[in-house]
Amino acid sequence: MSKLNFFAVLPEAVLLASGCLVLLADLFVSERRRNLSYALSLTALAAVALCCWRLLDAQVVQYAFGGMFVTDPMAQVLKLFACLATGFALVYAQNYARGRAMWRGELFSLSLFTLLGVMTMISANNLLLIYLGLELQSLSLYALVALRRDEPRAGEAAMKYFVLGALASGFLLYGMSMLYGATGTLDINEIAHRIAASQVANRPALVLATVFLVAGIGFKLGAAPFHMWVPDVYHGAPTPVALMVASAPKMAAFAVAFRLLVEGLLPVAGDWHVMLLLLALVSLAVGNLTAVAQSNLKRMLGYSTVGQMGFMLLAMQSGVAGGTTASTAAAYGAAMFYVISYSLATLAAFGVMLLLSRQGFEAEEISDLRGLFRRRPWYAFVMALAMFSLAGVPPTVGFYGKLVVLQALLADSSSVPVVWIAVIAVLFSLVGAFYYIRVVKVMYFEAPVDNQPFDAAADMKIALTANGVALIVLGVLPQYLLALCSSAMVRTLGG
Amino acid sequence: MIATYPWLSAAIWIPIVFGLFLLSAGRDRSPGVVRAVALVASLIGMLVTLPIVTGFDVGRTGPQFEEKITWIDSLNANYHLGVDGLSIWFVPLTAFITVIAVLAGWKAIGERVAQYYASFLILSGLLIGVFSALDGLLFYVFFEATLIPMYIIIGVWGGPNRVYAAIKFFLYTLLGSLLFLVSLVFLYQASGGSFDIFAWQRMPLGLSAQVLLFLAFFAAFAVKVPMWPVHTWLPDAHVEAPTAGSVVLAAIMLKLGAYGFLRFSLPIAPDAAHHLAGFVIALSLIAVVYIGFVALVQTDMKKLVAYSSIAHMGFVTLGFFIFSPIGMEGAIAQMVSHGFVSGAMFLCIGVMYDRTHSRNIADYGGVVNTMPRFASLMMLFAMANCGLPATSGFVGEFMVILGAVKYNFWIGLAAGSTLVLGAAYSLWMYKRVIFGQVANPTVAKLTDADPRELLAMGLLAAAVLAMGLYPRPLTDAMHASVGQLLQQVSHSKLAPGL
Repeated sequence: MSKLNFFAVLPEAVLLASGCLVLLADLFVSERRRNLSYALSLTALAAVALCCWRLLDAQVVQYAFGGMFVTDPMAQVLKLFACLATGFALVYAQNYARGRAMWRGELFSLSLFTLLGVMTMISANNLLLIYLGLELQSLSLYALVALRRDEPRAGEAAMKYFVLGALASGFLLYGMSMLYGATGTLDINEIAHRIAASQVANRPALVLATVFLVAGIGFKLGAAPFHMWVPDVYHGAPTPVALMVASAPKMAAFAVAFRLLVEGLLPVAGDWHVMLLLLALVSLAVGNLTAVAQSNLKRMLGYSTVGQMGFMLLAMQSGVAGGTTASTAAAYGAAMFYVISYSLATLAAFGVMLLLSRQGFEAEEISDLRGLFRRRPWYAFVMALAMFSLAGVPPTVGFYGKLVVLQALLADSSSVPVVWIAVIAVLFSLVGAFYYIRVVKVMYFEAPVDNQPFDAAADMKIALTANGVALIVLGVLPQYLLALCSSAMVRTLGG
Repeated sequence: MIATYPWLSAAIWIPIVFGLFLLSAGRDRSPGVVRAVALVASLIGMLVTLPIVTGFDVGRTGPQFEEKITWIDSLNANYHLGVDGLSIWFVPLTAFITVIAVLAGWKAIGERVAQYYASFLILSGLLIGVFSALDGLLFYVFFEATLIPMYIIIGVWGGPNRVYAAIKFFLYTLLGSLLFLVSLVFLYQASGGSFDIFAWQRMPLGLSAQVLLFLAFFAAFAVKVPMWPVHTWLPDAHVEAPTAGSVVLAAIMLKLGAYGFLRFSLPIAPDAAHHLAGFVIALSLIAVVYIGFVALVQTDMKKLVAYSSIAHMGFVTLGFFIFSPIGMEGAIAQMVSHGFVSGAMFLCIGVMYDRTHSRNIADYGGVVNTMPRFASLMMLFAMANCGLPATSGFVGEFMVILGAVKYNFWIGLAAGSTLVLGAAYSLWMYKRVIFGQVANPTVAKLTDADPRELLAMGLLAAAVLAMGLYPRPLTDAMHASVGQLLQQVSHSKLAPGL
C-alpha cells in the first residue's frame, strides 16, 4: 500500500501526458490543420480506454501513492465509459464547433483535462484527492462553458456554473474538514475503520459532516433541491459542452458518492440513507414535473437529468437496506448501470441536436426537430431511441436501468413503504414519458418547417449510428453490460 | 420431429427481421416492391405458425414448443417461449391478421410505405412474442415494446386528430404497464430471484400481497382490454388510426389485456381474484350493457365498432371471472372470434372510407346498389358481430351466457341483453349505410370491392364461418389448459395459518 505503484495510474498518466501534448502541439498547428489536434485527442482517448480495459482485466483492487489512489473494477468500468463519453462528445462537437470558432486547441485540451479530473475523482481514496479531482474537472468545465467569448448567454451560464459550483465545492470541503476533525484522517478506508471501531467521540460532527457531503454530492449530481444550476448551464453552454457536463461528470459524482458514503461513511448509513431517499423523491418530482413545461430541448434534458439522477439515487439509498453483500452489490451495480445507460441515451440525444445545428443556427428548441422523420428517418430513429431509452421503454437499454433500480429498491420486498416508493417512482417516470414522447411526436407526426439540408462528417455519422445501435442492441441483449456492472461491484465490495 | 424446430422463435423473428430490412432498405421510390416484400414476409410469418397449430397436442396441459435459453444471467431471466391451450390460437391469429393488415393498407398508404409496413411487421413479431413468452421479463419487454410501433402507426398515418389519439394511447397504456412492472419486480424478489411465470403461479402469497398484485395487474390489463371506465383511449385511437392499425388494434392488441388476466391475474393471485370477482363482473356488465347503449347512438362508424369492441371484450372478462370451464372457454373463443369479426368490421369501414373519405353513417345510404358484393360480405360480418348462430360470434357469447346463467341468473340475464343490443347497433348501422335508396352522388359513384379487398374480406369470412360452423377444434385445444387453470384458481395460495 505504501508503494507508488505506477501501473495502477497508467490511464491517468497517459491522459495527462497526452493532454499536455495536445496543448503543446496545437500551438504549432495552423487553423486549417486543426484536425491534427482532434485526431491526437481521439487517439489519446482510445489509448486511455484501452489501458482502463486492460486494468479491468486485471480484476484486483490496487492502491497507489500510499493509498491515496485506488483502482478497482468499478473505477475501471466508470473510467472506460467516461472515456467513451468524452470521445463521442468530441466527435459530435465538430459540426457545431467549426461553425462557431470553437474548433481550437483549448476545446481538446480542456476536454482531456476534464476527463482527467473525472478519472481522478473516480479513483480518489483520500478526501484531498477527491477535492483535487473535483476542482480539476470543474475548472476545466467552467472554462469550456465560457469558450465562446462573444456569446453573452454562454458567459452568463459560465458565471452561474462557477458561482454555484464554488458553493458546492465549499459545501463538500466544509464537510470534509468536519470529517477530518471528527476522525483525524483523510484516508477513506481509515475513516471507515475508525468510525466502525467507535473511535469517534463527536458523533454530531460526523452527522453534520455527512449532511454537508451529501449536499455537495447533490450539487454535483444535479439532484433537487441542489439542481438550480442544471437547466441554466445546459441551456446557456455551447451544446457540445452541455453534453460534456451531462455525461462523464455524472459518473464521477456517482463514484464520489460511492467512495465517501459507502466506503467511508457506511457506519452512519442510517443517516445518509434517509437523506438520499429524500433527495431522490424531490428530484423525481421536481425534475419530471418541471421538464413538462420546457420548450427548449436543452432545458428539458437538463430537468430530465434531475429526474434521472433521482431514480439513480433510489438505488444508491437502497444498497444499505438489504444487509447482505450480494444485495448491496446489486444495488450499487444497478445505480452504476443506470448512470451508464443514462449517459448513452443523453449522448445520442445531444448528438442529434448537434447534427442539426449549423452555422448561425442552434437546433435547441423542441420545435426545431419538427418533421425530422421526413427529412432524415435514420437520425429521427436514433433520437426516438434515445427518448424511449430515457423514458425507460423496452426494448432500449434505459428500460433495464429502470428495472434494476426497481429491483434494488424492492430487494426487501416485505417492507410496505418500499413498495409505495417504487409506485411513486414509476408514476413520476410516467410523467417523464409524456415529455419524452412529445419529442418523438414532434419528429414523427409533424411536418418539417426547416428544409435546409444538413450534413456531417463521416466519423460523426458513424458515431451517431453506433450510439443509436448501442441503445437498441443493449436493450435486446443487456446481459453483458449488466454482468459487467454487477461483477465489477461485487469484486469492488468484496476486495 | 416438428416440435424440435424453434417454430415460435421463427414466428416472432421472421416478421421482425423483414421489418428491420424494410426499415433500412425500403425506398419511397418503389412502393410496389415494398408492398410485395411485406406481403411475402407476412405470408411466411403465417406459414411458420401452421406447424404450431398442426403439431399441437390437445391432451397436454403444460407448455408445448418450448424454447429456453439463458438470456440475462445476472437477473436469472430466460428467453423462454412456449404455447399452451390458452395461448395457442393467438399465435396464428396474429400472423393471419397481419396478412389482412398488409392487404388493407395496399392502396390507402402512399407515403413512407416502407416504414409503414415495417411497423406492422415488427408489431406482429412483438405481439406473437407476448403470447408465447413464459418468462415474466420477456413478456414485459414484448408487451411494452408493442406500444412503440402502434404509437408511430397512429401518429404518422392516422387521421386529423392523430397526435392527440396517439399520445393518449401511449400514456394510458404506459400507466398500467408501469404498475405491472413494479409488481413483476415484487414477484421476482418474493420468489427469491426468478422471472419464471410458472414458479410465480406455484408460489404461496398472503392475501394483502395478492390483492395489491391483482390490482397492479388489473391496472395494466384492464386498460388494454379495455374495461369500463378506462376505455376512453380506445374510441380515439380507433377513429384516428389507419384502417390496418384499427384492424390490428381491435383484433390483437385488445387480446393482450385479456390474455394477461389468464396468464397472470388468475393463476398468480387466485384468492384475490375470488375476492374481487364481483367487482370485475360488475365492470364487465357495465361494459356489456352501458357501452352497448353508447354504441347505439354513435354517428361515426369506426366509433360504433370501437364501442362494440368494448362491449364484446366485456364478455371476455365476464367469462373469466365466473370461474367455470364453459365460461372460460367461451371467453377465449370470444377473443378469437372478436379478432376476426372486429378486424373484418374495421376492414369494411376502411374499404368505404378509402372511396369516400367519410366515416359518418349519415353520409351513406343505399351502398348495396353500387357495391353489391361488398354489401353481402359485410352483411355476414354484421351478423357475426351480433352473435348470429353459425357465425363465430355466436360460439363465445353463447358459452359465456350459459356459464353466467349457471353462476347467477340475473348476471346471465344482463349479459344476454347483448344479443338484443348487439343486433340493434350492428344491424341498424348496416341498414342505414347499406340499404335504402342511393343517398347522394358520392355513393352513386362508388365502385365495388376490387379483388384485393375481396380476398382480404373473403379470408376473414371463411374464418368466421369455419369457426361458427365447427368450433370443436378450437375448444378442444383449450380443454386441458383451461381445466388446469381453473384448478389453480380454485386452489387457495394462502399459506396455512394466514
